[in-house]
Amino acid sequence: MPKVKIPRKSTSIDMTAMCDVAFLLLTFFMLTTKFKPDEAVVVDTPSSISEVKLPETDIIQILIDKQGRVFFGIDGQGTRAATLDMMAQKYGVTFTPEERAKFSLVENFGVPVQQLKQFLALSPTERQKVAVPGIPIDSTNNQLGFWIQYARMNNRKFRVAIKGDKQSKYPVVKRVFDVIQERQLNDFYFITSLEDNPNKVKLSSAAK
Amino acid sequence: MAEISDSGGGKKKGGKVRAKKMSTKIDFTPMVDLGFLLITFFMLTTTLLKPQTMKITMPEKDQIQDSTKIKESTAMTVILSERNRIYYYFGITDPQVEITNYDATKGIRKVLKEKNKRNIDQIDALRAKVAKKQITQEQYKEEVGKINADRNSLMVLVKADDKATYKNLIDMLDELKINDVGKYAIVDITDAEKELLAAAEANAQ
Repeated sequence: MPKVKIPRKSTSIDMTAMCDVAFLLLTFFMLTTKFKPDEAVVVDTPSSISEVKLPETDIIQILIDKQGRVFFGIDGQGTRAATLDMMAQKYGVTFTPEERAKFSLVENFGVPVQQLKQFLALSPTERQKVAVPGIPIDSTNNQLGFWIQYARMNNRKFRVAIKGDKQSKYPVVKRVFDVIQERQLNDFYFITSLEDNPNKVKLSSAAK
Repeated sequence: MAEISDSGGGKKKGGKVRAKKMSTKIDFTPMVDLGFLLITFFMLTTTLLKPQTMKITMPEKDQIQDSTKIKESTAMTVILSERNRIYYYFGITDPQVEITNYDATKGIRKVLKEKNKRNIDQIDALRAKVAKKQITQEQYKEEVGKINADRNSLMVLVKADDKATYKNLIDMLDELKINDVGKYAIVDITDAEKELLAAAEANAQ
């Protein structure tokens, strides 16, 4: 019997198909991606069983960090600039057009209006490093209240979401609640991470 | 690998100059590499999961004292304090303060479960109906609303002293949710209650 000869095949593979797949996935991720906003502080949120999702737009975000400093951030570049103008007028600070443009790109910040000028002069990486005092919330110098009020004047649909750290002290949190309530806002969101709901077990066993 | 080969189309003696014949195949490997590199980048930076939230509706500031008159037998006050302690008492006039914690089996969950048993059972029955598709989500929500609005259902007042943390508050709200307590409010602590806490602490030791 003659030997069966195995024909030699080329070792190179056609990469076109793989390339197609790679770029298809790439397109998907590029279109669905939303970059993590760089936050002024690291906040470790407590977990809860609530599964309500945060609305994507029209959110005023108030961060409370471990040391009880308060940070403020709003959506929309136009709204940011408009709110800054009103704050500037209220506190008698003037901002140049460049500073306004810079401010409209700031995701969130934790400095009083008076120090905002110096803060905006820093580069985004320096802003992360510099020690900031947080936004004043006490009744004599309630800047947070005005930020919320003016932001709401520019966009009526704004809802407040509070993102607190696990170790934030209750008095600060309570004070923030009060500030928000003073502005006639009685419902707001707490941003939390997800935790298992013990009722889920009950539910699934009930379904059987 | 690269198949752009030079097939050496040299000159023939005195003949025409011929264009080199090139292979039409291109090696895609580097392009695939690049593609996957970018995919990796986008996968790592993307935030597909939106953050979870808890919605809360606070009572109107000036209405707390007057309009929400609570029935003595349904009121329960929970005071959050340092070191994950919870002080609680039932009723309003004669507070018997007890101490517990956030433990999932022995802590506040057990207390709430016993106190709110009637509502939990009713809501569980409704959930089972939803699971069996006997009622719709809307009907379910309406029924739950009715149960919560009942004058005899438990009303929890959540208070916290200065040493409590934000995590305590969220955990407490979570416990209320787990035990289907529909009526609750976050209220300021009073001086009388601070004294009660101190007394309870002294008793416990």
